Amino acid sequence: MKSKYDVLVIGGGPAGALAAKTAVEKGLSACIVEKRPAIGAPVRCAEGIGKEALQEFIEPDTRWISAEMTGATIVAPDGFVMQLSSQMAGSKVGYVLDRKFFDRELVWKAAEAGADVAVKSRAAAPIIENGVVRGAKVDFCGKVTNVRAEVVIAADGVESKFSKWCGIDTTVPVREIMSSVQYVMTGIEIDQHSTVFYLGNEVAPEGYLWVFPKGKNTANVGIGISGKKSGAGHRAKDYLDAFVKKTFPHGRTIEYIPGGVSVCRPLECTVADGLIITGDAARVVDPLTGGGIYNAMYTGKLAAETAADCIGRGDVSKKALMAYDKTWRASKMGKAIERNYHIKEYLIKQPDTKLNEIIHSVSKINMTEFTTLNLVKEIIRVNPKLVLELGALAASLR
Amino acid sequence: MLKVHRDICGYCGCCVSVCPEGALELIDAYLSVEENCTSCGVCAKVCPLGALEVVHEKQV
Repeated sequence: MKSKYDVLVIGGGPAGALAAKTAVEKGLSACIVEKRPAIGAPVRCAEGIGKEALQEFIEPDTRWISAEMTGATIVAPDGFVMQLSSQMAGSKVGYVLDRKFFDRELVWKAAEAGADVAVKSRAAAPIIENGVVRGAKVDFCGKVTNVRAEVVIAADGVESKFSKWCGIDTTVPVREIMSSVQYVMTGIEIDQHSTVFYLGNEVAPEGYLWVFPKGKNTANVGIGISGKKSGAGHRAKDYLDAFVKKTFPHGRTIEYIPGGVSVCRPLECTVADGLIITGDAARVVDPLTGGGIYNAMYTGKLAAETAADCIGRGDVSKKALMAYDKTWRASKMGKAIERNYHIKEYLIKQPDTKLNEIIHSVSKINMTEFTTLNLVKEIIRVNPKLVLELGALAASLR
Repeated sequence: MLKVHRDICGYCGCCVSVCPEGALELIDAYLSVEENCTSCGVCAKVCPLGALEVVHEKQV
């Protein structure tokens, strides 16, 4: 690690890795500082990603893909099952990754392109001069080094502190944090090519429970519930244990990892003078699905592109970096977040009886394109009444 | 004051994201609580495992 870079990236997840790789490809010097001793672990993620979304950034490789998905299943509160599959029967629609290897691959690619990487190295404070972020104090085993940068890219995840230290309010509202726990379970009976989502206030209040296959008889079995619904005796772990006891009584748990996923709106502004905020730290998780891998890679890459452009022009002010904020908000991703936020807000207010009714209306959907938007469109098509309930939102879904 | 049950904590950072004071920080496998913690208990509520507890002074 040197004492000065064009771009300093805080965090070595998908956002940070794409940011660093893109920065060096643009001819900048860049360094990733990752507080954990190993890239990719622990895995606080259900690891699902759509086929097209992944391919936008990297060619799928069996070394970091646990399983290929050909469909998805939604289980209503009353147990009714809705099957979603591709119109081309049996064709791949998505993947469940092995993020221990996937994240490592992304950081390795960044390093191979020329980025420096410092692990077990924590950004302990920003360097701020005249209100401008100019780098970070990096703590490696108690030794603190000042690392200066033209632009700092905060990619420090859900537990992000860097932006807060720079004066940006990143607090997630209690009702909009998904309090989560995931087990990797083996020895369980599953369809190894379909993700399963369980809905209902008894199963996962204001959230959902997932079974994402990791191969034969093995899956990520996890849950996210609203922080508002969490408390002593009824936490995410309590709900998950109840489900597992009933559904997979003979399964073996080989990994046990808690987590938090934000399902709020993104930060009001994702840049400051000398600073760009990306991925989970920017709260750009899809509020409906809780998925964040694609959004992290997209914002990480865009952040570095913007940084390169602004550094090239000698202006890294908030005003100049706003190009990043404007671009992602206007992107397909930005629009999907806004739309899915409204859908999420609608769905969490519905009682189980209503969810049952909606899911009962379609038992099988063959989708041309496997997206949540197409799922919602199909549900609305067979439930015309919903158009009225969704109000203005419905218009944006057509 | 806020008590961290380190034997239960899975150092995930869920609590850090909701802390209105910015008083919590996840340092790899260690959750630090700063002096500006107001014992509001928001973190204890959202913890997926129940690793955080607000302990009132007289109980200490």
